[in-house]
Amino acid sequence: MASTAPVEVERPSSDVRPDLPWLTIVWNDPINLMSYVTYVFQTVFGYPREKAEKLMLDVHHKGKAVVSSGTREEMERDAQTLHSYGLWATIQQDR
Amino acid sequence: MGGAFRAGRDGGVSIRLDPGEVSILRSLVAQVLELVEPGSTGEDPLERALGIGAAEVRPPTDPVLARLFPSAYAEDEDAATEFRRYTEASLRDGKRADAEIVLRTARPGLIELDADQAKAWLRSLNDVRLALGTRLDVSEEVHVEIDRMSQDDERYPAYVTYDWLTYLQDSLVQALW
Repeated sequence: MASTAPVEVERPSSDVRPDLPWLTIVWNDPINLMSYVTYVFQTVFGYPREKAEKLMLDVHHKGKAVVSSGTREEMERDAQTLHSYGLWATIQQDR
Repeated sequence: MGGAFRAGRDGGVSIRLDPGEVSILRSLVAQVLELVEPGSTGEDPLERALGIGAAEVRPPTDPVLARLFPSAYAEDEDAATEFRRYTEASLRDGKRADAEIVLRTARPGLIELDADQAKAWLRSLNDVRLALGTRLDVSEEVHVEIDRMSQDDERYPAYVTYDWLTYLQDSLVQALW
């Protein structure tokens, strides 16, 4: 469709970083089972199985993965929940 | 050792364990319960009510406890201490409650668990594997280690037990999915 008036260019959404500066990171360890870690990501975050599996594989192959982002308080809650499941989780500010 | 978890009704599960298996499981869960002392809180009544720990709470020096209660801040000791102060007491109580549910429900024969009990078993089995795996210093290739190990090796029974717990936990995850 042709346009006669100049169109306002929208910024691609990927350029906009959400204002959620804290991250929860899960680290790889030799004991936690791949199935269990996937299950915990689904249960704790409500992620679909595919996303939970991808995060688990990131942890497994890359040594760690960012599993959630948000306010510091939210991340501390996530880390505490993950610790209750025995996952090795840490919090840091996104830099 | 062959019993595996099966999915039951309403998110519950069931498993059949023989007396030897129940005895091993109960003994390991009881050891974790002994290791994880009840959460100690500060003197202040309000802090106690909220499960806030004493100000001087330190990271555990025992490798198993360090694994069960990891630091939440890798690069900020003060923040890690503060997080520990606010969370460790309730984490300890949660792990103890899970272990107590296993000890209350584990008996030879058919074990039927409701959804909440099944989740307590899942977390408790993981705690036991974390404790045993940390003590044994297992690697991701634990199967290879067991295959190469002589049955006369003094570590062999512990590794076989660890392997059984792995099987048990994985079957519980599959049953809960």
